Amino acid sequence: MKNVTSRKSPNKKVAAKRPPKQKPILIRGGHLIDPASGIDAPMDLLLRDGRVAKVTQPGKIPAKGTQLINAKGLIVAPGFIDIHVHLREPGQSHKETIATGTDAAAAGGFTSVCCMPNTVPVNDDVKITRWMQSAERGAVVNVFPIAAATLGSMGERITDFAALHDAGAVAFSDDGKPILGDEIMRACLEAAAKLGVPVIQHAEDTRLTVGCSMNLGPTSLRLGLRGMSVESESRIVERDIRLARETGGHLHVAHLSTKKALDAVRRAKKEGVHVTCEVTPHHFVLLDEHVGQYNTNYKMCPPLRSEEDRDAMVRGLLDGTIDCIATDHAPHAFHEKQQEFERAPMGITGLETSLPIALQVLHHHNGLPLRRIVELLSTNPAKIVGLKGRGTLAVGSHADVTIFDPKKKWKFYAQDSRSKSKNTPFDGWEFGGANWLTITNGKVIFTAKGPKVR
Amino acid sequence: MTPTLKPAPQNSAILPAPPGSLLDIEHLSVEEIEEILESAAAMQRRLAKSDSRAALMRTLAGRRVALLFYEASTRTRVSFEFAAKNLGAFTTVVTAAASSIEKGESLVDTGYTIQATGAEAIVMRHPSSGAAALLARHIHVPLINAGDGMHEHPTQALLDAFTILRHKKTLRGLHVLIVGDIFHSRVARSNVQLLSKFGSRITLCGPDALLPRLASTLAPGVVVSRDFDAELRSADVIMMLRVQKERLAGLDLNVADYIAQYQLTGERLRAAKRGAIVMHPGPMIRGMEITAQVADGAQSVIVEQVQNGVLTRMAILARAFALNEQGGR
Repeated sequence: MKNVTSRKSPNKKVAAKRPPKQKPILIRGGHLIDPASGIDAPMDLLLRDGRVAKVTQPGKIPAKGTQLINAKGLIVAPGFIDIHVHLREPGQSHKETIATGTDAAAAGGFTSVCCMPNTVPVNDDVKITRWMQSAERGAVVNVFPIAAATLGSMGERITDFAALHDAGAVAFSDDGKPILGDEIMRACLEAAAKLGVPVIQHAEDTRLTVGCSMNLGPTSLRLGLRGMSVESESRIVERDIRLARETGGHLHVAHLSTKKALDAVRRAKKEGVHVTCEVTPHHFVLLDEHVGQYNTNYKMCPPLRSEEDRDAMVRGLLDGTIDCIATDHAPHAFHEKQQEFERAPMGITGLETSLPIALQVLHHHNGLPLRRIVELLSTNPAKIVGLKGRGTLAVGSHADVTIFDPKKKWKFYAQDSRSKSKNTPFDGWEFGGANWLTITNGKVIFTAKGPKVR
Repeated sequence: MTPTLKPAPQNSAILPAPPGSLLDIEHLSVEEIEEILESAAAMQRRLAKSDSRAALMRTLAGRRVALLFYEASTRTRVSFEFAAKNLGAFTTVVTAAASSIEKGESLVDTGYTIQATGAEAIVMRHPSSGAAALLARHIHVPLINAGDGMHEHPTQALLDAFTILRHKKTLRGLHVLIVGDIFHSRVARSNVQLLSKFGSRITLCGPDALLPRLASTLAPGVVVSRDFDAELRSADVIMMLRVQKERLAGLDLNVADYIAQYQLTGERLRAAKRGAIVMHPGPMIRGMEITAQVADGAQSVIVEQVQNGVLTRMAILARAFALNEQGGR
């Protein structure tokens, strides 16, 4: 560790002598959508010193001395934020590293990701939380850890929320496992409320899902697989809503998948309970029957559900009940997925297909305005985990920008993914809409290949 | 409203498997099933005469069949072994306990290894649903599913159909009653798929814990019933399934109640439709789902099922090699 630091120090000295003069970036000719500022119009954007310096009418900023990006025909949006990813470090770097995972994030248009604590060891300690954020990890986008809510995510003893929050944790969760006990969940909500951060719950009553590997329905019965019921999710969501109501804490429901749980969230919101929720792209596109012949790239938790549930997710996105889209990016090595269905690990990658799916399904097929897409991918996730100066392009905010082409026809191939793992069900899918360029903290970290990019 | 994203051409309709494989009944056509049953009948005729029996031995003379058994089995394993040997093939049996499987070798690696040693067909029994589909995606020799978890046991359904057709003219319109632990039964799933393709009337009968109402969605023509006695009055075929006591305990189901409602007794059989045949895929638990009197009675075709198992599996093995060679052309 020491060697690494000493080797780096000469560079630092050089940097100190002659600070790298990065040219301001001028994004010109694009259509700027920043829901937080109420902007949905052709605007130019100047980024300087890692911040948004100017937002003006088109053509008002001289290009001289800037790095010019021509965004004609493209949408300029505040950088996307994925509040549910698994970067697998520390401990499972054969699946993904913080470097490779954030590279995939950049390709998908994400400038910030919140990484779940189910690493090895579990991120229940400030040392791990800090380690994840260290520059040595080589992250190309902002990484905001979500710390474990209970020690070892065992659901028994609460972690030191204040210390973890100080170390950079933006939320608390035992993701992958639910916080089952009423009293411990109550304690988590209370501790989180003091810090103004959410408790993110993986809502699954694991007492009802022993040995289950997919959704309970005709497909699971036909395939001879034990199925997870709708109630295994909705019961926990209902219980958590009650606790959020009683404690005043902020409950964020991770990867919602059932109509029943969504209806509970909808009622709670009307009632004024502090509850937010996310849905993954796969849960608003795919069905349990797509598992086909035991294709483990369709195995995740919560599982793909029935058509009724899937359609409810789309409706929830359209009517605003669902606050944001999160990928639950869960990389697994090829050999791990090439196992018996019941034995293969849960989860799929998703960082590079989230925007294209949202554009295709929600915008093109269901007419959801692009402004709402940006809300779901940037504005709202920033609000949920309280990222100040992100999820917006207001002057002074961080220079995190995603420029995307809402119409580009292209095919996604898993082999081209920047993630270390290729476990995606979307291999070979055709999309109308793609990320074009990603800027994090004023630096261009991704450009789509193609004639448009200079 | 409904998302219209089109998935890339995908797996449900097509089974990626080496030619000649038999993974399940669901993806077989009526014609394919008929061919197998006709071939099994031919096997029976040829086995009956000594000269044609010797000719049969040349069908797969010197060919190598590996029997990969991750789960205990008596009749399936023995009948596959005899079936292969009746056709002149060599067999080797690999069991989980006496192999590298115990050392943690993955299924796919085990398959690669067996194939690399020269196996030209693999017959596999595995406790996990979908194991056959998994292995079939990775090998190039035909794979025959000898039972995968709770999913399917296709060769059992084929031998059951063969047996039924020895006693009944046609499967079409036949009322087949399948009784017992349907939920955990791969035999039931395969039989439902097969009988449904041929237009049989299928009634599944058992308590809720072992037979969810959802089972009526398994295939067209399937009905779920809780009234064994009523169904017996019209059943042409009564297929009893094994019920494991441990499972009942886990489900908080009373053994005495189960026996009272669903055991096939002599008394019940007397009240059943005349000419009904009694089947059981084995292993039987006498005194549980069936009484000894019925199991050994005149209407029972249980021993015949086992005998037909050898014939059917001969047909399946011969087909596997023939189709694999054609496919490799």
